[in-house]
Amino acid sequence: MTGNKKITEKLVMIGMYVAAFITVAALFTVVGYVYVKGIGAISLDFLLDYPYRLEFGGIFPQIVGTIYLAAVCLLFAVPLGVASAIYLSEYAPDNMITGTVRFFVECLAGIPSIVIGLFGLIFLVHYLGLGISLLSGGLTLGFMILPWTIRASEEAIKAVPGSYREASLALGASKWQTIRNVVLKNAYPGIISGILLGCGKAIGDTAIVLFTAGSGLEWFLPMAITDPVGSLTVYTYILATQAHTEAGILRAFGASLVLLTMFFMVTVTALYLRNRYVRRMSGW
Amino acid sequence: MSTIETRELNVYYGDEKVHALKNVEIKIEKNKVTALIGPSGCGKTTFLRSLNRLNELLGATTKGKVIIDGKDIYDGKEDVIQLRKRVGMVFQHPNPFPMSIYDNVAYGPRIHGVKKKELNGLVEESLRKAALWDEVKDRMQEIALKFSGGQQQRLCIARALAVNPEIILFDEPCSALDPVSTAKIEALLRELKHEYTIVIVTHNMQQAARVSDFTAFFLMGELIEFGETKELFERPRDKRTEDYITGRFG
Amino acid sequence: MAVRKEYIEDLEELKEKVLRMGELAKVAADNAIKALLQRDMELASKILKENSVIDDLEFEIENRCTRLIALQQPMAVDLRTIGTCMKIITDLDRISDLAGDIAEIVLQIADEPHVKPLIDIPRMSELSQGMISDCLNAFSEREIRMIEDFSERDNVIDALFDQVRRELMTIMIENPRGIRNASHLLFVALHLERIGDHACNIASRIIYMVTGEKRKLE
Repeated sequence: MTGNKKITEKLVMIGMYVAAFITVAALFTVVGYVYVKGIGAISLDFLLDYPYRLEFGGIFPQIVGTIYLAAVCLLFAVPLGVASAIYLSEYAPDNMITGTVRFFVECLAGIPSIVIGLFGLIFLVHYLGLGISLLSGGLTLGFMILPWTIRASEEAIKAVPGSYREASLALGASKWQTIRNVVLKNAYPGIISGILLGCGKAIGDTAIVLFTAGSGLEWFLPMAITDPVGSLTVYTYILATQAHTEAGILRAFGASLVLLTMFFMVTVTALYLRNRYVRRMSGW
Repeated sequence: MSTIETRELNVYYGDEKVHALKNVEIKIEKNKVTALIGPSGCGKTTFLRSLNRLNELLGATTKGKVIIDGKDIYDGKEDVIQLRKRVGMVFQHPNPFPMSIYDNVAYGPRIHGVKKKELNGLVEESLRKAALWDEVKDRMQEIALKFSGGQQQRLCIARALAVNPEIILFDEPCSALDPVSTAKIEALLRELKHEYTIVIVTHNMQQAARVSDFTAFFLMGELIEFGETKELFERPRDKRTEDYITGRFG
Repeated sequence: MAVRKEYIEDLEELKEKVLRMGELAKVAADNAIKALLQRDMELASKILKENSVIDDLEFEIENRCTRLIALQQPMAVDLRTIGTCMKIITDLDRISDLAGDIAEIVLQIADEPHVKPLIDIPRMSELSQGMISDCLNAFSEREIRMIEDFSERDNVIDALFDQVRRELMTIMIENPRGIRNASHLLFVALHLERIGDHACNIASRIIYMVTGEKRKLE
């Protein structure tokens, strides 16, 4: 190796270190800032109480609302997404039509959530008359994560080696038996981790729930699927933009911290499942 | 007594653009090992896969007849699931499912609705026939991917045996294995032929010579020569066979 | 499109060695009879000396065959060629040994004239020489036409041997002083008859090599 090459090598190395450091530092700064600002708000009362007026009370309905919204969203998007993925990867012939479908799935994934939120507001809330509700919010969130679910599931399904399918079919299994017993059985950790990442997107979204689910300050739990529902993101948004007291800002950070924690838990679960899946595939 | 017979068997791929098998006529005998040899792309694997209609997965069009036990499996009435139960297959690379040893062997029987209480016996019997029982009997719940390539391949054989086929197709079963594992599989093939009819594709001519009773030589989709292995390797009738097995062309 | 170039060259070399050994054995047998006819002791000693060259060749050919089988796993015609080489070098070696035996006899009896003019013995030699030549040609050309009639040709040699034997016995009965020379000549005739048999063995191996068919010629 010539001296010049050595120097280049060193410079590239240093460049990479710096880039990695900035990334990690930025992440820690954001998380750390939210933690430092928000930890003061966290108390049992804050987590379990109902909000009243703008800056008082707790965020219990918002936590539950976020979970409910995520649940409705997943109930809608997962069966539809997985079924579409199975159809696209196992049954659909490789032709223009499926190519077009894939293209639209890709496009759908790129649409800004505010546009989807607007669609939810006009189509679900007004046109179908579902109102500002858990149902409208969950469904609209479902629309948003649907392409991600399809894509993650399709990738997980495609990652199942073709040799497994052949082995199953050669044993006299039908196509559906093969998909159920071999393909999905091996793809499901991948599918679940994809779904959970989608779920993370759903609980983190603001625009859609703002348009379709509720005002954020709901002081009650939804009793029916057609009731409006609060969410941590909208609560944070409202407080951050409308509260002018210390207590209000503190609550916004507190809610953000709870949201971050939930998001963190979902992501860790997704990564855990993915790792277990990789280990399983390599025989450990 | 022949158990598989083909008549004017033609297989095409991709809208009949590729003519992969041309008028193949062969009679494969019961309880014998028949080896299929020939250079890459000669049609031997296509032929093998036409015997359990696995070619259909790759979009192949088949014309002509493949008669197994007196019935044409391409007459449109044959149930492909029943066919594949009777005609098992072992692939080039060991492909056990990422499940336990037990579940791998039990996979086929479960699919075909074998009762739970009969499963244990069936799994043991299949593993014994595949000469794997002694190595795995205390490790039945361990995941199959932990085992060596040779063990995995014998597991795949056990898995195929568990659905109780009459014919077993082997597609280059030793190409990914070391010589010792290969020798074990070869010994197994000689053992299995007493109960099953075996058709094996191999790139290894010495292997064909060692394990088979009959050998078929394919070239460019045609069956060039078919006969007793000892005859074919000592004095082939066709010049092309001779050129191939003596390595005069490749 | 020779993909196994070295292997094919090795096989060619093997065939050349066998042909060379055959040529040497044939020349030895021919010279032995020449020495007998001319009572040439020098030529006879030369044959005995050169016998070891043939022995060495036999060893070398055998080693080459074993090595080819071990390393190249020959099949079909190649396998038959190697098997044939391994078998016929034994016959060629026996032919050269018989030529040596005749040369030994020459050394014993060259000091006095033969009991009779030699006619049938050279005739036998000529016939067996022809058979060895045809074998070598058949081997190198892979053409069996000229060796398929070896049974008949061997019968002629056998008949000549019978005739020589009867003639020499008559001489021995009539002239006991000629017994030494006559009995030696009887052995020469026997050796020539054996050479014919070895040629037949070689011929049936070559037929197997070329056609894959096993045919016994005797």
